[in-house]
This record gives sequence, C-alpha cells and structure tokens, in this order.
Amino acid sequence: MSNSDSRDIELIKDPGLPAHVHRRTDTDPVAAKRAERQVAILFGLSTLGTLLLIYSFIFIPIMGDTNLHQFGVGMGMAIALFCIGAGAIHWAKTLMPDDEVVAHRHEFRSDEQDRDDFVKTVKEGAASAGLGRRPLIKRTLGAALGLSGLTPLLLLRDLGPLPGDDLKKTNWKAGTRLVTDPGDRPIRPEDLEIGAVAQTQPEFPEGKERHLEDIAKDAVLLIRMRPEEFNLDSERLSWTHEGIIAFSKICSHMGCAVALYEQTTKHLLCPCHQSTFDVTRAAKVIFGPAARPLPQLAITVDEEGFLIAQAPFTEPVGPSFWGRLT
Amino acid sequence: MKRLSRLRRHRAAGPLLLIFALFTIGTTFQVASAVNQEKADVQSRSAVIEEGKQLFLKGCSSCHGLNAEGQDIAPSLIGVGAASVDFQVGTGRMPMADMSQQAMRKPPVYSPDEVHALATYVASLAPGPAVPGDELLNYERDGSVAEGGQLFRTNCAMCHNFAGQGGALTQGKYAPTVMGVEPKHIYEAMITGPQAMPVFSDKTLTPEEKLSIIKWIKSAETEPQLGGVALGRLGPVTEGLLVWTLGIGLLIGVAVWLAAKAR
Amino acid sequence: MTARERVAGNVAGYVDDRTGAAKWMKKNLQKVFPDHWSFLLGEICLYSFIILLLSGTFLTFWFDPSMREVVYEGSYEPLQGVKMSAAYASALEISFEVRGGLLMRQIHHWAALIFMVGIVVHLMRVYFTGAFRKPREFNWIIGVGLLTLGIVEGFLGYSLPDDLLSGTGIRIAEAIIQAIPVVGSYLSYFAFGGAFPGLAFIPRIYIVHVLILPGIFLALITVHLMLVWYQKHTQFPGPGRTEKNVVGYPLMPVYMAKAGGFFFIFFGVTAFLGAVASINPIWLYGPYNPGQISAGSQLDWYMGWLDGLVRMAPPLETYLFGYTISWNILIPGLILPGIMFTGLALYPFIESWMTGDKREHHLLDRPRNAPNRTAIGAMALTFTLVSLINGGNDIIATHFDLTINQMMWFARIGIIVLPPLAFIITKRICLSLQRADRELVLHGRETGRLVRMPNGEFVEVHEPISPEKAWLLTSHEQIAPLELPEVDEAGVRRPAALRNKIRNRLSRAHAVAVPKATETERRELEGHH
Repeated sequence: MSNSDSRDIELIKDPGLPAHVHRRTDTDPVAAKRAERQVAILFGLSTLGTLLLIYSFIFIPIMGDTNLHQFGVGMGMAIALFCIGAGAIHWAKTLMPDDEVVAHRHEFRSDEQDRDDFVKTVKEGAASAGLGRRPLIKRTLGAALGLSGLTPLLLLRDLGPLPGDDLKKTNWKAGTRLVTDPGDRPIRPEDLEIGAVAQTQPEFPEGKERHLEDIAKDAVLLIRMRPEEFNLDSERLSWTHEGIIAFSKICSHMGCAVALYEQTTKHLLCPCHQSTFDVTRAAKVIFGPAARPLPQLAITVDEEGFLIAQAPFTEPVGPSFWGRLT
Repeated sequence: MKRLSRLRRHRAAGPLLLIFALFTIGTTFQVASAVNQEKADVQSRSAVIEEGKQLFLKGCSSCHGLNAEGQDIAPSLIGVGAASVDFQVGTGRMPMADMSQQAMRKPPVYSPDEVHALATYVASLAPGPAVPGDELLNYERDGSVAEGGQLFRTNCAMCHNFAGQGGALTQGKYAPTVMGVEPKHIYEAMITGPQAMPVFSDKTLTPEEKLSIIKWIKSAETEPQLGGVALGRLGPVTEGLLVWTLGIGLLIGVAVWLAAKAR
Repeated sequence: MTARERVAGNVAGYVDDRTGAAKWMKKNLQKVFPDHWSFLLGEICLYSFIILLLSGTFLTFWFDPSMREVVYEGSYEPLQGVKMSAAYASALEISFEVRGGLLMRQIHHWAALIFMVGIVVHLMRVYFTGAFRKPREFNWIIGVGLLTLGIVEGFLGYSLPDDLLSGTGIRIAEAIIQAIPVVGSYLSYFAFGGAFPGLAFIPRIYIVHVLILPGIFLALITVHLMLVWYQKHTQFPGPGRTEKNVVGYPLMPVYMAKAGGFFFIFFGVTAFLGAVASINPIWLYGPYNPGQISAGSQLDWYMGWLDGLVRMAPPLETYLFGYTISWNILIPGLILPGIMFTGLALYPFIESWMTGDKREHHLLDRPRNAPNRTAIGAMALTFTLVSLINGGNDIIATHFDLTINQMMWFARIGIIVLPPLAFIITKRICLSLQRADRELVLHGRETGRLVRMPNGEFVEVHEPISPEKAWLLTSHEQIAPLELPEVDEAGVRRPAALRNKIRNRLSRAHAVAVPKATETERRELEGHH
C-alpha cells in the first residue's frame, strides 16, 4: 500500500477538520445587513433587466438599420437571469450557514447474507421457470425471439432505394451541351479568355427539372489555358478543345465543390481538406488527402459551335465507394 | 515654481508625457508622408500616353521590362489592358513592395491621374480589357442583390469565403477580402483575373451578373451585424475560440467565486 | 404554527400519505456535497442541457424540417426570390420574422457549444483527479457516452437549417458512410432516401435530434446524476477528509441556493452571448447547393478535430479485386475516433489492470501524485489539440501569414511526435512538483528573510508549514508496483506469463513517484537543525 516496509516509518498525521472561521456577516450585524442589501439590489437589477426585455420585445422592430431589437431582448434576458443567480449565490455565501458538515460513507457492498439470498432467489426463479429442464421451450423461444428481432431491420428496408449503378451515372451523355450555372446559357469556346473559368452543368431538355441531386453529380468546371501548357497524354489531350479542359467539380475525396482555380499555378484547390489538383496533368493530386484525380469530361464543339460533351464520364464522379470500379 | 515641480512629480505625469510624445510623433509622420496631390492639367491623349510611358519607365520597367515585355520576375503587360493597370496600381498592389507570394492591397503610390496615364500607356501597347465607365457600373440600377448572392456563392465564395472575408490558397497565396473595395476595382478584377484569380468572361458571367455580384457585396458590406458581433464572419473557428476563452472563462470564474468562502 | 406553516404541512402530509416521501426527502435534503469550484463543471453540462431543451422547444414551434423547395418571401432582402428548402426558409423566418427568434437560435447554438466545452472540461477534471476509479466506472462510461452522443447531436442540430456550411458537412458525412466497405453505398441510400442530398435527410435527423437523442440524454443524465447522488460525490484530500466520509454543506439551503443560482447565472451568460455575439449566420451562408462551397468551411469545434484528422490523412486508397477501400477516409473518419473513444471509455479498467488496484476510492488524486495518468491525459489532449488546430488550418494560415501546406506538414509530423513529447514532459513536471511538495514538508516554506548567525553564516529562515498543509501534501497513497509471477513455484512458466510481464512493466511505470515525506524524516531533520 504505502512505501512503509519493515522499518517503523511514521507518517504525517491528519490534523482533523480545521477550526471554523466565522465570516464578517456572522459576527457583524452591520455587515450582514449590507450583504442583505446587496442581495436585494441584485434582485432589483434583475427586474430592470426583465423590463428592458419587455420594452425591446414590444417597441423595437426586428429588422432595421441596427441590431437593437435582438440586443435589447437578449441583454434584458441576460441581466434578468444573471442577477437572480448572482443574488442567490451571494445570499448563500454570506448569509446562509457555512458550517461544514461531515457525513459518513456507507459501504456499497451488500452483506454476505443479502448476496446469498439474491443468488438463491434468482436460481429458484430460473429453476421454477424450468428452462433448464425443457430444452424444447428454450430452443423454440430462442428461435422466435431471434427471428422476430430481425423484423425491425426488414421494416426499415424502404428507407431508401438500392443504389444500383446510380452512383456511377450522371446526366452527361454524348452531345450534351454545357450550359452556365446559373443561367443555363450554352457556351462557345470564344466566350472564354485564356485564364478563365466557368461553372457549368449539362443542358436539360425542356420540361425536365433540375434537382440538387443532379447538381451533386453533374457539376463541371471549365478551365481555359494555352494548349501548350497541357501536360497530357494524347488521349486526354483529345478530350480538351482549344485549350479548354473540363473536370467534374465534385471532389474525388469527399464530395465538396472544387472550383478554387489558381490561374498562376494552374492548380485546383478543394477548400474542405486542402486536396490540390494539377489541371495541366488531368487534375492529378499533388497535395492533400484525395487519392484520385478529378474525373475529366471529354468535350468538343457541335455544329453550331457550342461546347458539348463527347461522351459520359469514363468513371464515377464524386467520393469513392466499395463497388466504384466494378 | 513649486506648483510646477509638484505637477512634475504627479503620478500621471509620466504616462501623460508619453501619450503626448506619441501623439506628436504620429501626427508629424502623417503630415510628412502625405502624398502631394497635384492638380493635373487637361491633356491630350498622346500627351497622356507619353506621361504614362515616363511613369512606367521610372517605376515599372525594372521588373516588367523597358517595353513591358516582361521578364522572369514579372509578366508581360502587353495585352493586359487598361483595366488590369487600373486595378493593380489603383489598389496599390503595384508597385509590389516585396517579392512575396502575391501582391498585397496597400495605399496606392500613384495619384488617380497617374494611374490613368499608366493605364492609357499600357492599353496603347495592345488591345485589352478597358476600364469600365460609370454608366456601366450602375449596379444599384442594373443589379439584383438576391441574384448577386447566388452568383457570389457559386463563383466567388470558394476563394473569398461566404461573406467575402477572403480565404487561403496554396503555398501562402490567399484570396483577399472583397469588403471595402471600389466597385470599379471589383469589376476589373473579375474581367482581368489578377494574379491567381481566374478570369470571369463576360459571356459566362454577363456584365449584368457582375453588377449583381457587386451589388450583393456592397449590401453585405453595409448590412448591420445582425445577431451581434460578427467575430470576423469566418465561421465556426472564431465561434469555438470565443466559447473556449470568454465562455468557459466567465463560467469558471463564476464557479470559483461560488465555491470560495465569503470573507 | 403560522398559517403558512400549516398549509405547507398539509400539502406535505397529503403527498406523504400517498408516497411515503417524507423519509427520503428528509434524508436527501440533508445530503452533503463537498465544495470545490471544479465540481461545478458537471453542472455546467447539466444546465446547458436544460437550456438546450428550453430554447430548442421554442425553436420547434416555427421550424419546418422539410426539404421541399420554396421561394423566399420574407423580410431579408438579399435572399428574396431565392429558391431554398422549407427548412432553411423557416430558419430564416425564426431569425427575421419571430421576435426574439434570432436570440433563441443563438442561445441554443451557444449553449450547444458550451455544453461540449463543459463536457470536455468536466471530463478532464474527472480524469486528472482519478474520480473514475471504483465505484464510479459506470458513471465514467455513461459520461463518455454522453460526450459521443453530444458530438452527434450537435452536428445534427446545426445541420437542420440546411445552409451551405452545414450542408457541406452533411456531404462529408455522406462520403464517410459511402466509404464503408461492402455496405457503404447501401447505407448512404438508406440514410438519405436515395441519392445525395435527397428530400429525406433533414426530416429524419430532425426526429433524431429533437426526440431520440434528447430522450437518450435524459435517461443517461438521470442515471449519471443518480449514481453521483447515491455514491456520494468524491472530495479532494485535506484535513479531516477520509475515504469514509464526505465533508461539505447540506443540500438545503446552501446547495439549493448555490446550484440554483449557478443555473440562473449560466442561463444569463448564455443569453448574454446570444445577445452580443453572432453565431451561425445562416443568411450569409445561403441555402445549400452541392455545386457551391465557401473557403474556410469548418465544422463546429467539437468536430473540428475530426476534420483536422481527415485533412492530414495520407492519400491512401487500395483496390482489392476491383473493390475500393478508402483508407484516407476510413482511418481518420471512423477507425481512429473509434479507437480513441473506446480507449477513453475503457480507461478505468485499463488503469486498474495496470495497477492491480481494486479498492474503492472516494478521495481524489492531486494530478501531480498520479504522474503516469496525468501524462497519458496530456498526451491525449495534445493529440486532440494538434488535430483541432489542423481543422482550422486555412483560417490560421491566412491570419498568421503561414501556408496551408506548412500547417499540414506541421500537423502530420506533430501528431506523431508531439504526444509522446507531451507525455515525457508532463511526467517530469509532475515528479518535479512532487519533489517540491516533499521539500516543502521537510524544510518548510522559504520566507525570504535572511538571518545572520553568530558565526557569520547567512541562512534563510524557513517557516514550517501548517499541519493541515503537511497533511494535504502527504496524505496521498503511493501504490507499490505489481510483482506478478511469471513462473509458478515449480519454476514452470505460467500461461499468463507474457500478460503478467506486461502488467508488471506498466505498473512499474505507473508507480514512478518521489517518495512522500514522512514524520520520521521530519524529526530526523529537526534533530539536525
């Protein structure tokens, strides 16, 4: 237990509870009266706070040139509550008795007799239920409970549809026009200067509504630079058009929108976890936790000169999942 | 004389003297470093270009080259247009004070007329974006605050933060705050794409949409701090900092007071 | 008897006739609570919970947890005509149409932040003083459960308004769910009712946030408090305080006044914060749109450390027979937090396994007297702090002229190097403090008065410390390390040999201490003076 061994080491002793020290308010009635007044003042301040709250609530309009309504209601509430508390505590500290009381701790452990009685009761109860002697009941009970325990899981099946290959498909198909987000205007290559970016989405046919679920997969970022600045293999190069390159805007890490384009370095930065992608090398990850480059959308122009997708994305967009590559 | 020597020994004499000295130095410095605003004469365009060229040779050519052709340390200015110059020099970014990651906004070194001369000179080198005129910049009339907010959040917030307070880019670069910037400069930044900022072409972000963005920025600037002190409009980081300092500090203070024995 | 006393007596009698309440009321009104400010930290959590219930109920009267699209027609001009979800629009209505609404929203959110701060600070107090030891292990586990559920509850709560910032957080949560091997995409589609963001998520988390989790909280907090009540609160060592008593003040009237007063003060402080400091300005964030993002997007602080871990994770993904396993998401998002919280919950058992100490403890440890435990705690805090700092690395970078790349590398290296460093330094500091205590007991307090002896020598006068202080500095226990056998009497290696060896080593590390001063030593020294 302690570091005493065979030598007789005497430890320092407990001097016991120190003598009670009286407060000023205990011995001096003037001090006690003063404390009482202080408590009363605090409670009085609280009422003023409530009045401020009521006044601000009724007479100061919510929207205006200032934040006065909210400030008045809030400060009124704060003062009202704070002063009640401060008053109560000051009252307890100065006027209520502060003699220390000693209470004893009882051992929690039940005595042996109670423990034995408990065990006996449980055993007798179990024996009278007869589970031990009736294995057929036990087994069928187990099967019934177990199977019925599965039903909640089954009932939750309609929480949502099965994903199927939903995660692997977007609204981009061969020939889909790129249109501005927002605005839905088709884009020509001449519309973009060197160093420009554009937020785009696939053109939806007349009558089809665009939902947030579509934006969450379809968002595409267009970037234009000088064609010589690309560092791509011939296939990826063929997916660009006159120095314009298109990437999925949905981060391959955890799905935030990646549109932070640094014109000088040709890097894309995702502000959520700082994954950095090199646009000249098909959005290769050069820093941060993203494990895959952003999917590139192959683009070209149609007969009217507007930018269109050559084909759907060749891989699922957005964050990874188990069956992503299957 | 006794009174003076008594005052000299007053407790507040030292601090007051210090404050007085600081005040004197401060105001003297302000006055001495104020840029002299000379009234510019009305000049013909070629004279303006010539003035601009002279200013350029004196203050810009050491980095940008004698013919603005650019070098390793500074890009070519041929084709950047008057708008670029008006933005960079008008916001004080150029001349660049130190060769760090990016040029910082600071008090402009050149007067508005000098900026105009520089811009005209650079514009004369090759065609480029022009300085937007007042008629074009009438965002109050032509812009929509609500649309501007949506456009800001789609095109600008990822760098400049939801309230335009600015944000981090890689390797020490940053998108500065857009608060307190002249509408003209905001417009020019969008069309010229200064430094790391990309260009927002007029066809993909129409002039009217740009004005909406400016209108939203101005509205956010003048909006009263609804809800109380905005803590920088930076989001949960400053909010968390407040609870861990003022919040729990106040509460622990109260707890210590509560448990302490009264005197 | 006065009239008032008569009425009160009648009421009490009425209740007692039916419940027998007088006996246990009497006992409980006299219950003794020890007085120390650090014992009020748990109350901070309790009071925040109550305020969250009150302010939250207020908000539910106006909030519409629906994701169907509406067009805003309220009084906040910059959003007029903008399409948004009904949830977001109703949150705007609370902020700008309902009087006191914005105040209540802010009180609710500030109280939530303080709730989590309170839990962490209370946890630190309980941990560093060893209050989790027998018989309070269950209470510790309940506390860790409250911490975990609190984090989830807070996250769900601020996601309800469906604004750009919290919607981004949900997107990230969805990515974590999706990354779970085999079942991830199914779980995600079930949780969201289909593709992200869908229409089902906000109404579902609403019920979790206002009904299921508060219900669990109420149950857990009740058990937590009942255990404290029944087992009696621990107390700091000191004169007159033993393992078998509680020294303090009775519930009525002192504690009722003080605790009740603290509640009002706390509510007042939260109202003050709600009045003067803006929090979660959803009208500036705008409605959630998966194609939008803000620079400096962060989670609330109690989840910021998770984000920090995700940010610093190496870009690891493996492909197994064509299947993708995203370690860069699973490790920081699920595996590491799982290990941390499990370790935290099991710590009382780990420590008692290490020390072999199975006795009850009602006296607290001064942290310096448990150097190993304190150092482990410092290590855990350092780990959490480094990840928390990394969670805000972009905002720190722009404000302190650093780069996010530097911050990231600082975090990646720091999270491995700094915690062990913190362990070593903290343990050393604790031992130094123990040494200082020992010096104080043996040699007394240095008064700073110099006295010249007759033979010319200068000595500093040392004043002996009071017997109360001496007791305080030496009353702690110094447990001897375990010496479990690795071989039995016949010299045969036991099956538990390796386990025993590890336990011996750990308990030895745990038992490192400066021997405390004894009366014998004091008398020996006095003889020399």
